[in-house]
Amino acid sequence: MPAGPFQTERRYIEESNVLETRFLTGPGEATLIDLMPVASEQFKRTEIVADHEIVRQVICTKGEVEIQVEFHPRAAYGGNAVRLHDHGKLGIRFESGRGVYWLRCNRPLHVQSDSAHAAVVLKCGEALEFSLSYAEESPAVLPALGTRVGAAIDRSVEWWRQWAGRSNYRGPYRKMVTRSVLALKLLTYSPSGAVAAAATTSLPERIGDSLNWDYRYCWLRDASLTVRTMLGLGYMEEVESFLTWLLHATRLTQPELRVMYNVFGGSAPRERELEYLSGYFGSRPARVGNGARHQLQLDIYGDVIHAAAQYAGIHGPFDRATQKTLVGLGRYVSRHWDFPDEGIWEPRGGRENHTHSRLMCWTALDRLVALCNKRLLSGAPLAEFLRERERIRRQIEARAWNEKLQSYASTLEGDGIDATLLRIPWYGFERADSQRMKLTYRAVREQLGAGDGLLYRYARQPAEGAFGICGFWVVEYLALGGGTLREAHDLFDRLLSYANDLGLFAEETDPDSGDLLGNFPQAFTHVGLISAALTLEEKERGEPHPAEATGADTKAAGREARV
Amino acid sequence: MNWASWLLWGFLATIVLTTISSATQGLGFTRMNFPYMLGSIFTADRDRAKFYGFGAHMAAGLVFSLFYVLIFQSLGRAGWWQGMLIGICHRVFVLVVIMALLPGLHPRMASEQHGPEAQNLLEPPGFLALHYGVQTPLAILLSHAVFGAILGAFYRLA
Repeated sequence: MPAGPFQTERRYIEESNVLETRFLTGPGEATLIDLMPVASEQFKRTEIVADHEIVRQVICTKGEVEIQVEFHPRAAYGGNAVRLHDHGKLGIRFESGRGVYWLRCNRPLHVQSDSAHAAVVLKCGEALEFSLSYAEESPAVLPALGTRVGAAIDRSVEWWRQWAGRSNYRGPYRKMVTRSVLALKLLTYSPSGAVAAAATTSLPERIGDSLNWDYRYCWLRDASLTVRTMLGLGYMEEVESFLTWLLHATRLTQPELRVMYNVFGGSAPRERELEYLSGYFGSRPARVGNGARHQLQLDIYGDVIHAAAQYAGIHGPFDRATQKTLVGLGRYVSRHWDFPDEGIWEPRGGRENHTHSRLMCWTALDRLVALCNKRLLSGAPLAEFLRERERIRRQIEARAWNEKLQSYASTLEGDGIDATLLRIPWYGFERADSQRMKLTYRAVREQLGAGDGLLYRYARQPAEGAFGICGFWVVEYLALGGGTLREAHDLFDRLLSYANDLGLFAEETDPDSGDLLGNFPQAFTHVGLISAALTLEEKERGEPHPAEATGADTKAAGREARV
Repeated sequence: MNWASWLLWGFLATIVLTTISSATQGLGFTRMNFPYMLGSIFTADRDRAKFYGFGAHMAAGLVFSLFYVLIFQSLGRAGWWQGMLIGICHRVFVLVVIMALLPGLHPRMASEQHGPEAQNLLEPPGFLALHYGVQTPLAILLSHAVFGAILGAFYRLA
């Protein structure tokens, strides 16, 4: 960073994930470009490239800027020091775990045992360049600097620009939708197609508190919305890759599903606290691993099956193994849907009969019935699925509705509400303009509204931030008939204003300050944003919503339960 | 010279050597991927380099096993410990001498004199190939000791 006082401006270069930061100082200006180089497979066949690399280039664009360089790597989440080896012109090398890191720079760095430093004065037009690469296989590739950096930047921008250009979204929110899908692509582990929930761990949901979780894993819950967004935008390869990962990662535990997996399809690690870290703004403890990994969350069956149904609606029949998998999941749902579970919000306080979990079990069976009706699924016990689907419907209608609240409740015979109740129409269980849903929406707005269109996910004291995706759920609810399209657009515009300067969202937003809270960037929020934009676009064009296209219980969706 | 015995046991010893090398890499004793190192002489494509390197490694194993059996023939005896000794001597020579020469021989490998403005290059192995992990010399010696021991134990003198 510059040695003296400075101001910054940030942006992504065009529709890419190449970040540009301008430093404005008294004596001059400099531009920093950060990227993980990306290239086509064809290019990689002609030139050796590093497996993992971060490139930074600082160019002085005006006057003179002194740049302070500090390289201070730590292993084991900062718990262990590493020993740097200075190899002169070749660079600086250190080992950690099974891998080796190489830092290369076009200016000499002063290397101490565990850190490297430099103070470099750049004149207008001069550049300072870095490449940090990682390899678990030797010989590692040592990336070149100089002209190659400029070429790598141009190549990466072009690659991203072409990738973003494949999106078939042409609506009024293209800029935000494109930024969101670019963020989702960055959260995707390319070799497997898995999408991580976020890139970080332990960024707090409440500053100074202990709501700090590790989100660097793939939640099956995100599956349905991720497939919905990628399909809606026309990214078929990504959908196929993600669904293949999803169906195969879960193979070892089928028909039971875990809540989350690592990007390789293995189990997320056990949760542990890093006591030596002070946490973000004192928000302790910092955690790695996730304690919710063994929870029972029945809604994920609906997410997975709904994702598969959306894909089948476009791609056609599944292979025999996938059909068998889906049938197995359906059988599990039909036998376990009335079990209490931890539910979508993963509380650590025990199991309850969550309305949302029931809704998603209904969705699972409904989509399987639809697949059977369309002859895309064979070997399914259709009568059993139909019977259990109807039993779930009757239970939700009878026991999730709270007469006193005049709203659906979060739990059967419960008296609390949460934002997932607005998803009831989205999955086709009930019309958005039904009397019950209108009353439920009113109750949600009254009890969970955080001001300016923001929404808490549930009532909690002390309150955490407004939950990002919940606001977008409201947009979709309004667009589906709970309100007018104009209301939905207005709310969407207000919610988009809470993105950071780069168009990115975290899990939550502080309703008072507008600051982002929780892990960042958050896939769940961004898929919610894209889904809302797609729903608005579909409704503007009069196209059917995915639930209408993939569901079987259309008669029921038109039916209105008695208030 | 028993050609049939050389071909059979040279081939099998090379298979075992390759298996041990892959296992030591997979288990984290070393990062060294010898087939990739060899194959990247011929192509920049990582996947093809590993495939070509595997072929080159198998061929090299057979060629080197020929030298081993020639030594057995000249000694007039072959046994597992003689083979192991030859294997260890062979690899000590490679680790100390050849690894130091490799940056000059390999068209895509950097030397300590290369600055960062050259093209993308592969990291040099360093003394005893220690850049590829501190246990690399031990992993290499182990695999080649087993290679020599198999040849020594099973090769039948003419």
